[in-house]
Amino acid sequence: MTAIVENKPAYDGKALDLTGRSGARAFKNTLATVLIVLAFVIAIIPLVWILWTVISKGYHLLLNAEWWSQSQRGITVRREGGGAYHAIMGTLIMALITAAIAVPIAILGAVYLVEYGKGTKVARAVSFMIDILTGVPSIVAALFIYAVWITVFGFNRVGFAVSLSLVLLMLPVVLRSTEEMLKLVPDELREASYALGVPKWKTILKVVVPTAFGGIITGVMLGLARVMGETAPLLILVGYSKNINLNPFEGFMGALPTMINQDRTELALQPAADRVWAAALTLILLVLALNLLARLVARFSTIKSK
Amino acid sequence: MSSPDGTEPPGRPAGPEPKIEDLVDETGPALRFDALAEETDDDGRRTGGTAVATKDDSKKELALGPVGHLGDRLFSGLAHGSGAVVILIVAFVGVFLLALAIPALADNNSNFLFSRVWEPGGAEPRFGIAALFYTTLISSVIAMVIAVPIAIGVALFVTYYAPRRIATPVAHAVDLLAAVPSIVYGLWGALFFAPILLPVINGLSSALGWIPVFDKAPGDNVGVIFTVSVVLAIMILPVVTAISREIFAQTPISHREGALALGATRWEMVRMAVLPYGRSGVVSASMLGLGRALGETVAVMIILTVPNGNDPWDPSIFAGGETFASKIANNAAEFDSPEKTGAFIAAGLVLFVVTFLVNSAARLIVARSAPGAKRPRRNRRAGATEGASA
Amino acid sequence: MSVNRLLRVGTVAVASLGVLALSACGSDPEPSGSSNPSSGSSSTGAADCPQGTLNAEGSSAQKNAIEEVISKYNEKCADVSVNYNATGSGAGIKQFNANQVDFAGSDSALKTENKDGGETEAAAAAKRCQTNPALNLPMVIGPVAIAYNVDGLPKLVLDGATAAKIFQGDIKTWNDPAIAKLNTGATLPSTPISVFFRSDESGTTENFTKYLAAAGAGAWKGEPAKKWTGTGAGKEKSAGVAEGVKSTKNSITYVEWSYAVDNKLGVAQIDNGSGAPVELTAESAGKALAAAKPAGTGADLALKLDYATKEAGAYPIILVTYEIACSKGLPAEKTALVKSFLSYFAGKDGQASLTELNYAPLPEEIRTKVDAAIQSIS
Repeated sequence: MTAIVENKPAYDGKALDLTGRSGARAFKNTLATVLIVLAFVIAIIPLVWILWTVISKGYHLLLNAEWWSQSQRGITVRREGGGAYHAIMGTLIMALITAAIAVPIAILGAVYLVEYGKGTKVARAVSFMIDILTGVPSIVAALFIYAVWITVFGFNRVGFAVSLSLVLLMLPVVLRSTEEMLKLVPDELREASYALGVPKWKTILKVVVPTAFGGIITGVMLGLARVMGETAPLLILVGYSKNINLNPFEGFMGALPTMINQDRTELALQPAADRVWAAALTLILLVLALNLLARLVARFSTIKSK
Repeated sequence: MSSPDGTEPPGRPAGPEPKIEDLVDETGPALRFDALAEETDDDGRRTGGTAVATKDDSKKELALGPVGHLGDRLFSGLAHGSGAVVILIVAFVGVFLLALAIPALADNNSNFLFSRVWEPGGAEPRFGIAALFYTTLISSVIAMVIAVPIAIGVALFVTYYAPRRIATPVAHAVDLLAAVPSIVYGLWGALFFAPILLPVINGLSSALGWIPVFDKAPGDNVGVIFTVSVVLAIMILPVVTAISREIFAQTPISHREGALALGATRWEMVRMAVLPYGRSGVVSASMLGLGRALGETVAVMIILTVPNGNDPWDPSIFAGGETFASKIANNAAEFDSPEKTGAFIAAGLVLFVVTFLVNSAARLIVARSAPGAKRPRRNRRAGATEGASA
Repeated sequence: MSVNRLLRVGTVAVASLGVLALSACGSDPEPSGSSNPSSGSSSTGAADCPQGTLNAEGSSAQKNAIEEVISKYNEKCADVSVNYNATGSGAGIKQFNANQVDFAGSDSALKTENKDGGETEAAAAAKRCQTNPALNLPMVIGPVAIAYNVDGLPKLVLDGATAAKIFQGDIKTWNDPAIAKLNTGATLPSTPISVFFRSDESGTTENFTKYLAAAGAGAWKGEPAKKWTGTGAGKEKSAGVAEGVKSTKNSITYVEWSYAVDNKLGVAQIDNGSGAPVELTAESAGKALAAAKPAGTGADLALKLDYATKEAGAYPIILVTYEIACSKGLPAEKTALVKSFLSYFAGKDGQASLTELNYAPLPEEIRTKVDAAIQSIS
């Protein structure tokens, strides 16, 4: 952050002093290159290490067909076997419900901030609220839904309640990144579209949003990745079940983070430890699959808009 | 605040009317730019509700003559509605949580802000957040200090330094890491990473131990704030990197090539074209990262040891502690009375007030340091172009 | 180009895999106990095997026990799904009273008094059971081990007072005279003792501090409580303290026996004053339980343990975990499920499967009483 703040804005005249001794400039350039490559190396070590840990310890269970097709019913921490089907389905169901609620609100909200309400008091209020929402820790979001869903309405703990709390977490992530992306769409594009007489809504839908689509998708993926890996709301708002339950409105439901949480208490036992890392790897692969799908969608939609 | 878009129509080119009409789909008469802009402006000043916006539209339409586009009204209504939904959600959450926290705060026999005891519930509840506040803030700040420069470096590396063949897989790998659930970071941190930090912790504390913050109690406890900070830094790195990367990649090619054409080195190009352009995006990305670090629950809970209530308070980063989130989560299973729950919710409220303040401060810094950042895009870009061609 | 094509192929592969996973019907694994292959998936003994789902939550001390029993029970009754969430005793009772689960697991019986003057746990539970009292059914005995990690110390003997002083922070190093006196001949290091405690509120902490208070000869200063009041560094849940001791040299903690065994930690022998140090075994723990007295009346089987027992060969730090269930007032189908599962749990088969998991089975006398109480549920 400091690096950026210290930088003089590009247009103040001083930053463009390209007449200095070229030796010093070349040295600075080399230094910067070295530092940037160094940052990359420093970052990549722990990240590769984590990935390696998860992959090397988890991959062998994923090679079994039963991992993808069976539940953990009747399997204890001391016993091998069973799969993660119940947890995969639970995670997918809850994440999809969350995305179905959060993404439209987030994208439309960002459109509002950038295209409609810019500079107005309401937009500032919305922006303010998003900042607050960004600061809501997952555990507080979960507590809030617990208070509403269970204490006030008297419902049971179900997967849908988890989705509701995850909406609170996903909304600001997607909205903020979408907003940033929309802001970066050059005004020339909008102006060109208006100049052709295209109405504003069509300009937004067909020009602005598609231009920013790649970035929006990245934001949605980051949001999904965040909520799919959340543990705290699952702990509070739905019981963990080793059995298959596909109904988000009734009963305990398995999910990958809670499956990890169940088995991590017995990491000293090999079958449980294997399942912890395998479940983590499965979760990562799920997000990767969604990511690839989204990129595919993005590619097709960009072609269409051209 | 400079005047909003469009209130000064002179800059806009007005095409020949008849030709535009040919291009416009079912709408018929073309909307004039100034009219369009004014409408936006006015809508925004109002409450943002659909009804108001529609009413306003019709007023404008009367003034303008031709009937407005249904799609425009619908879409604008939806966008405004979403803005309103966001406000309502947060207001509802806030009011609800405040309503739960206030009774507990009213019964509190300690100073909520400055006390370190945490004994909610019972006939004489006593709780304060001083220790939680300290641990939360210092662990997140250290995490940010480590993570943000590295994240910017990685983002620049991927966008402007690495060959494409390396950059693309690295970008995907970093995205992938954003998907690693925090519970896995926690397990990895506690089982594999913390043990190798022990020499680092011992080295730092023996070199700098005369400063209380770096002092270390005897024993080989690695479940300390410093360990948590490093793991948090690793956790937020992918998030900050991914967003920064997207932003940097959006730098207009004309700016970059302009700089290079003037004989700028690669670093000068980055410094003059890429970084100023991406500044606000990087700050937002960092804020998302900070939000995640401040609110991180499970990983902190797994790694950090909790000091007992009898020992005097230890400000060292080589001691254990509790953050707001880990405290709430660790005790969430035992929220058995409204007073107890209220105390934890009050702590949660403080957490997002803190996050919000940090957020606002950062935005203020951005606005100050970059005169163009808060202006409408046109001006900022004009400024940048002007600079590049000076 | 080739990278692009690879990406596309990968995308299609992953997408189709995803679709496959979504469309394919998942299933439950075959019962692992291949001892009775003839039974297959059809439920034998259909008479005591209802259908449905049973949700329970509570004590983490009995997690391994109940999961094993559920697994065995499902071999018999394939059409019942039993879920148990090990979130802690307090949470279990809270969820039970809030009508979120069908029965709860708890390390202590429902409290019949409330220090804060509010509604008692027992009263809240009775309200949940449509004004019928809830039963405390002792089901599993989990001994609590004092687990340690000291190089070159295969055997450690402690008594109540010394243990209390260590966990209070009054004994700070391993070669303290008090420890040396109990361990003649052992080489004790001069390093500081790192104590780990449960940072969450826990039934294990409550039982362990009850022991320290009863047998500590006044060395333990705090009141027995779910929240730790002694010295040390806190880790979350049993797994956390076990992992803490495992990864930290010269450390000590209290943890359920099974965690100490699974993590291959040293387990201290307890000198209960009878003369000879008592090693922790299923038998020595069962002996201490036999000395327990019923605290409740009638069908309520809450037990009062004697932590200060001086009986030879009795391991005094034990924890009884209960199932808390409505005596009446559940919907009929839930009643059938609760009865079916709990009577299997309290039955000979259910209890027999616990010893290999480092729990102690219920003594026969108590087991028959529990079984009778379960049969009285209606």
